[in-house]
Amino acid sequence: MNGRRIRSYFVAFAKGYIRNPIGLFFTLIFPIILILIFGAVFANAGSSVVPLYVENLDHDSPASVAFLSALNDTGAVQVYVISPTAGNLSAYLAKNSETAGLLIPDGFESALVAKTPVDVVVFTNPAAASQAGIVIGAVQGVESAFNLKEAGGSVVVSSSYLNVGSRIFTYIDYLIPGLIGFSILTSPMFSMVNISSTWKRDKLFRQLSLTPLTRAEWLTAAMIWYVLLAIVAALVMIFVGRTVFGAHVSVVPWMFPFLVAGPVLFVSVGLLAGSVSKTPETAAVIGNVILFPMMFLSGTFFPVSGFPQYLQTVAHVLPLYYVIDGLNDGILFGNSVGALRDLVIVLIVAAVLFAAAVSVFSWRED
Amino acid sequence: MTAAVVVKNLVKTYGAVRAVDGIDFTIETGEVFAFLGPNGAGKTTTVEILEGIRPSTSGEVSVLGKDPWKDARQLQQRIGVIPQDFHFFPKLKPREAIDLYSGLFGVPSRATELLDRVELPDKDEALFENLSGGQKQKLGLALALVNDPQLCFLDEPTTGLDPRARRAIWAVIRGLKAEGRTVFLTTHYLEEAQLLADRIAIINLGHIIAAGTPKDIIQRYGRPERLQIVGDPAMVEPLRRQVGLPVEVQDGSVSVELHAKGDALKVLSWVDSSGYRYSSFSTAQDTLEDVFIRLVGASDHSAMDIAPEGDAA
Repeated sequence: MNGRRIRSYFVAFAKGYIRNPIGLFFTLIFPIILILIFGAVFANAGSSVVPLYVENLDHDSPASVAFLSALNDTGAVQVYVISPTAGNLSAYLAKNSETAGLLIPDGFESALVAKTPVDVVVFTNPAAASQAGIVIGAVQGVESAFNLKEAGGSVVVSSSYLNVGSRIFTYIDYLIPGLIGFSILTSPMFSMVNISSTWKRDKLFRQLSLTPLTRAEWLTAAMIWYVLLAIVAALVMIFVGRTVFGAHVSVVPWMFPFLVAGPVLFVSVGLLAGSVSKTPETAAVIGNVILFPMMFLSGTFFPVSGFPQYLQTVAHVLPLYYVIDGLNDGILFGNSVGALRDLVIVLIVAAVLFAAAVSVFSWRED
Repeated sequence: MTAAVVVKNLVKTYGAVRAVDGIDFTIETGEVFAFLGPNGAGKTTTVEILEGIRPSTSGEVSVLGKDPWKDARQLQQRIGVIPQDFHFFPKLKPREAIDLYSGLFGVPSRATELLDRVELPDKDEALFENLSGGQKQKLGLALALVNDPQLCFLDEPTTGLDPRARRAIWAVIRGLKAEGRTVFLTTHYLEEAQLLADRIAIINLGHIIAAGTPKDIIQRYGRPERLQIVGDPAMVEPLRRQVGLPVEVQDGSVSVELHAKGDALKVLSWVDSSGYRYSSFSTAQDTLEDVFIRLVGASDHSAMDIAPEGDAA
């Protein structure tokens, strides 16, 4: 390793990158566009109230009305009572594309009085998992209160509701660490996929192999550049998130280890993908095959904890998950232990992939 | 003189294809050595083995006393290379490219001097991707000289260039020789080799089929000098009887092989007095190109006899 050579090559590499508008667009502008789009679309996601359509077959008995009123008071759902003559509730929901319904059976009040079990039926749409969760939670809460009251007990334990981290988080707060992770993935990986395949075709590696620059020096210079880009992109995204959407995110020391280790990891992934491809076209396809699952399953746009179990299992295999989880731990939750655990995983994966990439990637010909 | 390059029984195979099939040659220090051959003859494979970017299959190779594959890093400091179809980073300007190379080689940048030397205008706005083919090659040549090399490998440096750019590159090559550097030049322009090279080797189908100075090769493999008379073809028979030399009709004119100094005079005085109509005459000698085409043609045929698939290599 020779500092002078790394510096010389770094300067040339940075110039090449800056003079290519497409690369800069994907590094700096594209994540901002994503913040603006997703931020605008989900601006109210944190405070939305789920509409709950109710068919009351208990003839508006005082108990059933009290039950619905208690549901409304949770603030989580907005009750809309539909006429029992409107027909089958499930069909009504489907016909009107509504996601949640509640059926109060005939004899609800008499069952309460008689203290015999009675079921209310909750309809939810599995495709709207988070809304289903809200509805079920609200109904169960009201049921417990009713059961307790009817059983003659008094409330001993209750809970008040706060969001995790004892701060109120909006969607944009989750989105920004996710998009920082996303930019850590995309620009180093796609640049490397592109470089390692097209430079081979254009014989630029052969050209470099005629100079004293070593592969390790070449990679080091490139990685320094991508680390700098990742830091700049992260700062810009935090700035935009705060100023445009009032996001509760700030620059914390814990994000920097990920801004260094992340690009190292994804430079290696890109180099591997590019090295095993015969043509730039194949390389681009492999790059996309790697990108898409990582983009959607690693918690970039939606928290992984909201995924079904099997998808969570998949997410835990993807390296980007640990980058984003670590950024969340650092930026949102101030959870150093969690961030450190994620960082260790990222470093181990980065070291393994880096070694693999260096061994697969060759400058000289056969 | 010590040899700059020694190659003994060099073989390079790709699967079943023998791209280079047991060649030997030596390049003396300070000479311009031209390596000629049709496309696919094994020129570039040989050069790349000498440059240390491709391993050989077998045989001995010594470049400035080193094994180019094993000692590539030491050799890099002493050799300069323009690869075939030279490419560079598209977004760099020529001066920046030279600065980069100087930084990598750890030498002070002589960008102005080198750009002057290859007659590349020092235009600040021109990125590599916007340079013409000739300007790109000139930059390649400048880069090859950054480390002040003892030995330069120029792999088809003028292919596809216009005559002016080609002449500019020839001037640089002559300058290299004048400074005592050794030049290994591959080309398929025969006139280029004839003009620049001290010695030539012709390679075809992985074999060297002729080697020596351009003059030697023409003398050894070329046909004798000829007198060509543009005139009545009916003179062929009487002329042959009269002067006792091979006479034939070639490209519409009467062609007489000259074997001795006075032959031309003898032929002309007979034609003049014979009454056969003629308009002009000239003497002709085989060029390197004539020899090259005949040699390559002949070796293609003999190779075809032995191995019908050989010419695909």
